[in-house]
Amino acid sequence: MLQLQQVSVAYQTSQVVKAICFSLQAGEIGCLVGPSGSGKTSLLRAIAGFEPVSQGQVLVNGEVVSAVGVQQNPEQRQIGVVFQDYALFPHLTVGENICFGLWRQPKAQQQQKLQQLLQLVGLSGMAGRFIHQLSGGQQQRVALARALAPEPRLILLDEPFSGLDADLRDSLARDIRDILKQLNITAVMVTHDQHEAFAMADWIGVMAHGSLQQWGTPYQLYHQPSNRFVADFIGQGDLIRGEMLDGYQVKTCLGLFRQAQHTGFAAGTAVDLLVRPDDILHDDASPLRAKVLSRAFRGAHMLYQLQVGMNEQISCLAPSHHQHQLGEMIGISVQIDDLVCFARAVNQV
Amino acid sequence: MRYNLSLRQLPLLLLCLLLCAPLLVVLQSVLQPDWQLWQHLTSTVLPDYLQNSLLLAFGVGIGALLIGTSLAWLVVFYRFPGRNLLQWALLLPLAMPAYIIAYTYTGLLDFAGPVQSLLRDTFHWRYGQYYFPEIRSLGGAILLLSLVLYPYVYLLARTAFAAQSQRLAEASLSLGLNRRQHFFRVTLPMARPALVTGMALAMMEAFADYGTVQYFGVPTLTTGIFRTWFGMGQQQGAAQLAALLCSMVLLLIYLELASRKQLHFYYSGQAHQQVQYRQLSGVKALLALLLALLPLLLGFAIPASQLAFWAFEQWPTLLSAEFGRLLWHSFSLALGAAVLVVSLALLLAYGMRLHKHWLVQLLVRMSGMGYAIPGTVIAIGVMLPLGFVDNQLDLWLEQQFGIRSGLLFSGTLFALLLAYAVRFLAVALQGIEAGLGQIKPSMDQAARSLGLNARQVLWRVHVPLLRGSVLTALLLVFVDVLKELPATLLLRPFNFNTLAVRSFELASDERLAAAALPALTIVLVGLGPVLLLARAIDKTGNKE
Repeated sequence: MLQLQQVSVAYQTSQVVKAICFSLQAGEIGCLVGPSGSGKTSLLRAIAGFEPVSQGQVLVNGEVVSAVGVQQNPEQRQIGVVFQDYALFPHLTVGENICFGLWRQPKAQQQQKLQQLLQLVGLSGMAGRFIHQLSGGQQQRVALARALAPEPRLILLDEPFSGLDADLRDSLARDIRDILKQLNITAVMVTHDQHEAFAMADWIGVMAHGSLQQWGTPYQLYHQPSNRFVADFIGQGDLIRGEMLDGYQVKTCLGLFRQAQHTGFAAGTAVDLLVRPDDILHDDASPLRAKVLSRAFRGAHMLYQLQVGMNEQISCLAPSHHQHQLGEMIGISVQIDDLVCFARAVNQV
Repeated sequence: MRYNLSLRQLPLLLLCLLLCAPLLVVLQSVLQPDWQLWQHLTSTVLPDYLQNSLLLAFGVGIGALLIGTSLAWLVVFYRFPGRNLLQWALLLPLAMPAYIIAYTYTGLLDFAGPVQSLLRDTFHWRYGQYYFPEIRSLGGAILLLSLVLYPYVYLLARTAFAAQSQRLAEASLSLGLNRRQHFFRVTLPMARPALVTGMALAMMEAFADYGTVQYFGVPTLTTGIFRTWFGMGQQQGAAQLAALLCSMVLLLIYLELASRKQLHFYYSGQAHQQVQYRQLSGVKALLALLLALLPLLLGFAIPASQLAFWAFEQWPTLLSAEFGRLLWHSFSLALGAAVLVVSLALLLAYGMRLHKHWLVQLLVRMSGMGYAIPGTVIAIGVMLPLGFVDNQLDLWLEQQFGIRSGLLFSGTLFALLLAYAVRFLAVALQGIEAGLGQIKPSMDQAARSLGLNARQVLWRVHVPLLRGSVLTALLLVFVDVLKELPATLLLRPFNFNTLAVRSFELASDERLAAAALPALTIVLVGLGPVLLLARAIDKTGNKE
C-alpha cells in the first residue's frame, strides 16, 4: 500500500531525512517515533507531498507519487492529513469543515457522509457549531473526520494528541485506532511519545538524526532493540557489563544468561547487556542480593533503583506493598528471555 | 516556501524600491548641501524651526503621556458611573484632525469669540483691560495636539494595565506594599514599554503636524519646508530641511525600539487573572467621572459642537455645487487611494509569506516605514524625482517629436496617489499581515490534502478569512487619506480641491464658519475607524 524506498529530504543543504525505507500493507497503522528534530515530521510532509524528496521514492498503491523530478501535487494524492494544530477553518462550522473536501459531491451525499462521520467520531448533533466552541478533544475529532471524509487512500497524523491532556490522549488514541481499524484505513502517525505509539501502532519506526534506527512491531522494539539508541529510547532499561562465554552465553554480575539463537558475538567479547525493570523479579527467597539506592512510588508498583555487582545499577518493578528502606539488601531473581547485547567500545570501561 | 531569490521576485522588489524611493531621495539630498542657503538658514530661521519642532514634539509627548496614562489608570482600576461608556468614548478625539481643532478653538477663544465676549459682558471689561491667554501660540499648539493625540497613549496603557495579573498585586501586598506603592513600583514600570510607544506615536504626529502650526503662525520644520519650497523656490534646500525632520523622526523610532529591546516584560503566570478594580461611590465617583469627561469634552465634544453650530448656520452651502464637487473629489480620491494601497499591501504581504528571503522581508519592512515619515517629507520626496522625470520626458519628446508632455507625473493625481501609497501602506499592511497570520500554513496544506488546488485554496480559505481585515484596512486608509493635509496641499493637481484642503484654506482666510462644513464632514467620516476600535474595546472591556 505505502512504500518508501531510500527516501531523503533536504532543506537547502542540510539533509534532515536520510534514506528511509519501510512499507505498510493496507489497513496497517505505522508510527514514527523519535526525539524532536529527528526528521519524522519532515518525512510525513514528504509523504503528503508538502516537501519534495531529494532522493528515493514514495509509492502509494504501487504508483510513484514522489521521486527526484516527480512531485504529484498534494491535492491529487488522496492522502488525508491530521495536523498537529488541527488546521481547522475558523470561518466554517463543524459540518462545513468536515464536508470541505467533498465539494465535488452533491449536497445530499455530503449530508449523508457528514452524519456518518459525526456518528463515527462521536460528535452527532454538533454540525452547526463553530470550531472555537469546541474543546481540544472535540477539535481533534473534527480534524480526523475532515481528513477521513474524502475516503483517502492513506491518512497521516502529525503529533495528533500533543495538545491534549494525558487522560484524553489515552482514550482518544484508542478511539482513533478503533475507527481506523473499522474503516480498514492505512495510517502513518508521528509522535514523540512511545506510549501513544504502543497504543496505536502495528508497526513502529524509531527515528534519530534523520535515519530510521529500527522498524518493527512494538514487541520487537521493546524486546529486540537493534541498537543502543532504540534500547535507550524505548521503555526503561539499564545496561550492565558482561562477557560472552560463547556465541550463546553471556556472563554478568547477575549470573550467566543464555539463549538458543546465536547472538552474533564471538567468545570473549566485552558487551553491555540490556536489563529491563520487568526482567528483575523481587524475590525475598533468592540468594542474589541487591542494595536499594532509591525508590519511586508508581501506584500499583514501586520502582527500585538497585546496585549490584561492581557498582552497576539496575531497576526493578515490584508490587508496591513490598516496602524496603534505602540501603537495604533485597533478594532478586533475574529472568531474561531475549538477550540484548551491544559490543562495548574499547574506550568504555 | 522559497528561500532563494529568483527573477520571479523582481517585480516585488522593484515595487518595494519605488515605495522606498521618496524617503531615499530626501535622505540623499544632504549629500549635496547648499552651503549658502544653509548659512542663511542657520543665521535666521533654522534655530527657531528646530527649537519649536522639538518643543512641540516633547510638549505633546508629555501632555499625551500624562492625559493618556491617567485616563487608562482610572478606567482600568476604578469603576464609576459612565465608566463603561467612557472607556471607548475617550477614543473619539482621534477622529478630530489637529488642524481642525486648532481653528475651532481659535474661533472659540479669540477676541470676538463667544468665551471672551461672555467674559466681557459678565464683568464689563473692555479690550486691553484683562489678560487672556493667546491660543495661537506654541503653548496652544502643544495643548490642542495633546488633546487629540492622547488616545494613542490611552489605548496602549489601557491594554498594558489590564493585561497585568492580579497575582502580581497580591505578591506586592504580601511584601508589604500598599496599592499606591504597587502602582508606582510595579504597574507603571511594567507598562513602560507600552507608554513609551504611545508617547513616541504622539511625538511623531507632532513632528509631522503642518496645519496647526501653520495656522498658529508657529515656525517649525514642516512650515519651514513649505516656505523654503514655495516662498524661496529652493527645492534642494526644502529637501534638506525635510531630511533633517526625517532624521529626527528616525531617531525617535530608534530610541523607542531601543527602549523596548531592553524592556521585555512577560508575566509567565496565568494570564487570565483579572485585574481587581475598586468601585467608587459618592463624591469620589463624581470626581472620577468629571476627570475622565474633561479630555473628551475638550478634545471632541466642544469643538465638534462648535463645528456643528457653524455648519448649521451655513447649511445652504450643503447644497452648493462647490461642496458637491469637494465631496466627489475627496471621496473618489480617498476610495481610489484605499483600493490602491490595500492592493499593494496584499501583494507585499503575500510576497513576504511566499518568499522568506531576507531581502524581500527587509524591503517590505522599509516600504512600511512611510507611516512614521511626515507627509511634508514624503511630498518632497515624491515631487523631486517625478519633476525630474517629467522635465526630461518633456525635453526628449519635444526634441524627438515636437510634442510637449507637460507635467505628466508630478502635476497629476499620480504623484498624490504615490505619496499616499508611501505614507499609508503600513496601515494596510499591518492589518492584512495580521489577518494573513491567522491563516496558518497548515490550513493551506489541509486544504491541499483535501483535494483543492492553489487557486481553490485562495478562494475557499483565504478570501473568506481575509475579508474582514481587507475591509478594515480599506476603511482605515480611506479615512487617513481624507484627513491628510500637507501632502495633499503640496501635490494636488492645479485647482483640485479636497475637503481637507478647502477647509484649511477657508480657515486660513478667517472664514471659520465656511470651513466648518467640510471639517465636520471629515470628523464624521473619521468616526468610522474610531467606532470600529471602540467596538473591539467594548468586547474585551466588558469581559474584564
